Amino acid sequence: MLTKDEVKKIAGLARIKLTPEEEKRHAETISAVLDYMKILNEVDTADVEPTYEVNDLKNVWRNDETKKCVRVKELINQFPEKYAGMMAVPGVFEQSAEE
Amino acid sequence: MTLKQACEGLRRREFTSVDLTLACLKQIAKRNKETNIFITVNEDRALAEAKLADEMIANDTATELTGIPFSVKDSIVTADVRSTAAAKILDNYVPTFEATVVNKIRKAGGVLIGKTNCDAFGHGASNENSMYGPVKNPYDLKKVSGGSSGGSAASVADFMCFYSIAEDTGGSIRQPASFCGVFGLRPTYGRNSRYGVMPMASSLDVVGPMARTAQDLGIVLKFMAGLDEKDATTIPSAVDNYNLIASKEIKKGLCVGVPKEYLEIEGIDKEVKENVLMQIEKLEKQGAKIVDVSLPHTKYAMAVYYIVVPSEDSSNMARLDGVRYGIREKKIKNLGDLYAMSRASGFPEEVKRRILIGTYALSAGYYDAYYKKAQKVRTLIKKDFEKVFEEVDILITPTSPFPAFTLGEKQNDPLQMYLADVMLSPAAVAGYPALSVPTGFTKNGLPIGTQLIGNKLEEGLLLQIGRILNE
Repeated sequence: MLTKDEVKKIAGLARIKLTPEEEKRHAETISAVLDYMKILNEVDTADVEPTYEVNDLKNVWRNDETKKCVRVKELINQFPEKYAGMMAVPGVFEQSAEE
Repeated sequence: MTLKQACEGLRRREFTSVDLTLACLKQIAKRNKETNIFITVNEDRALAEAKLADEMIANDTATELTGIPFSVKDSIVTADVRSTAAAKILDNYVPTFEATVVNKIRKAGGVLIGKTNCDAFGHGASNENSMYGPVKNPYDLKKVSGGSSGGSAASVADFMCFYSIAEDTGGSIRQPASFCGVFGLRPTYGRNSRYGVMPMASSLDVVGPMARTAQDLGIVLKFMAGLDEKDATTIPSAVDNYNLIASKEIKKGLCVGVPKEYLEIEGIDKEVKENVLMQIEKLEKQGAKIVDVSLPHTKYAMAVYYIVVPSEDSSNMARLDGVRYGIREKKIKNLGDLYAMSRASGFPEEVKRRILIGTYALSAGYYDAYYKKAQKVRTLIKKDFEKVFEEVDILITPTSPFPAFTLGEKQNDPLQMYLADVMLSPAAVAGYPALSVPTGFTKNGLPIGTQLIGNKLEEGLLLQIGRILNE
C-alpha cells in the first residue's frame, strides 16, 4: 500500500506538483498496480541475469566530435523566456509561490 | 485504394500527387471534427510537397513512396511541423530536427499530410489519455480507437492517408490496428532508428508502419529500416525486400505455433477466440503444420512491462521541464516552481502516474525488489521465445482479448486498461517482431485482429502470412 504522504514524497522527487485529490487518486491506483506486481515473486530468479538490452549489442562506438548547429535562431526562439538572446529562468532561492 | 495502387496510378499519370493530397485533405476536413484523428493538419506544406513530388514523377526520379500522402504519430518529431505528443507541455513545440525514419520517407518523396492524435507520449491503450481529446473509432464513434497510436490507425482506416508512421512500446501499434481494422507492424527492436522519436521506454520502443495491406507495410518498412549512427541500438543486418517476400506463397512445411497461454487468457471474447481458431484452420488448409506450444512466463509479462516501462519512462520524461522549449507555467516564483508547476499543468494524469510508479520503482530500497526483479523475469520471457522459435517459424494469437471497447469504460481503472495489452507486451519485452492482421468483424461490425509473432528480423514472413490471412 502506498500512502498519500509517500505519493507526495515521490511527486516531490519527480518535480510534479499534485493537488490533494490527485495525491489520493494516485495512492489508490498505484497501490493497485503495485499489488498486481507481486505476481513476480512467484518466479524463481536466483541464477538469472537481468536483461537491459534485448539484442546483446556490445560496444557501439562513434567519434566524439562537435558538429555545427545550423538552426541556432530557431532554437533560441523556442525558449519560453529569453533575455538578450539567452535563456532566462527564475532564481533558485526566490520564495515559492506556495508559501 | 492501396499505397501500391496509388503508386502505379501516379506512374501511369492517371492522377497526380496533388489530386491524391487534395482527396486526403478533403476526407480530413469532412471527418476530423467528429473523429478527432489529427492534432495538426499540414495542409499548405503537404500541397507544396505534392507539387514537388509531381515534378519528381515527371522527371523519372520518383520512388515507390513519391507523392503518396502519409501521417505521422504526434510523438514522432517532424521538422518545422508542430509535434505535441498530445501533451499540453509541448503545445507550441515546433521541432528544428526530424526523426530519421520520417526524414528517409520525405527524402523519398512522401507527402506528410499531418500529425495524428495519440495517448500523450504513448501512455495508454485507448487514446483517451490525449490532452486534445480521444480519437473515435471510425467503425463506431462511441468506441475507442485503441492506443496509444489511435489517430494513426484511424487515419489509415478512414482513408485520410495511405499509411502512417507510429510507435509501439508494448502494443501501441498493434492494438489500435486491430481495433480499427488495419495492418500494424511492430518490427524487431533496433530494426528502425528511434532517433527523433520521443522516448517512452528506450529498451522497448520501436517505430513501425500501419497500412491497409501487408504489401503496403512491406514497401514502407523497406524505406524506414536500417542502421542509423544517431541511434546506437539500431542493428546492422541487411534490409530485406519485404514487399517481395510478402507476395510469395506459403513455404512448404511452415510450422505455426499456437501458444496455449494466449487462448486461455481470462476474459477473452468468444468471437475473438473463434476468429483466431478460424485463422489457424486456414493456415492448416494451406499446408502449414500447426503445433501447440507453451510460453510459460507469459502471465508475468504485464507485471514486467509495467515496472520496466514506467522506470525508463520516468527518466525520459525528466527532459520535459518547461525550461528550454514547450509551455512554461506563469505563476512561479523560483526554479523549483517552474519545474513542478509546468509539469503539473502540462502532463495528463496517466503521464504523472507513470512517472510516479517509475520514480518509486527506481528509488533507494525498491530498485532490487521491482526494477531488477522485473529485468530478471524479462530474461526468462526472452528465453521462452528463443526456445519456441527453435521449433516453430511463427506464432499466432489474437491481438487483443476483446474488440474496441466503449469510450470511458476503462478510464477510471488503470490496471484494467493496462491488461488490455496482455497479448502484446510479451513480444515487446523480449524484442521480437509482431504484426496485427485484420481478420474479420464481430456481429456488431467491429474489427477483429490476429497477431503473428516472428523470430527476430522475420518481418517479411510476418507480412507474407498476414497477407494470406487477410485474403
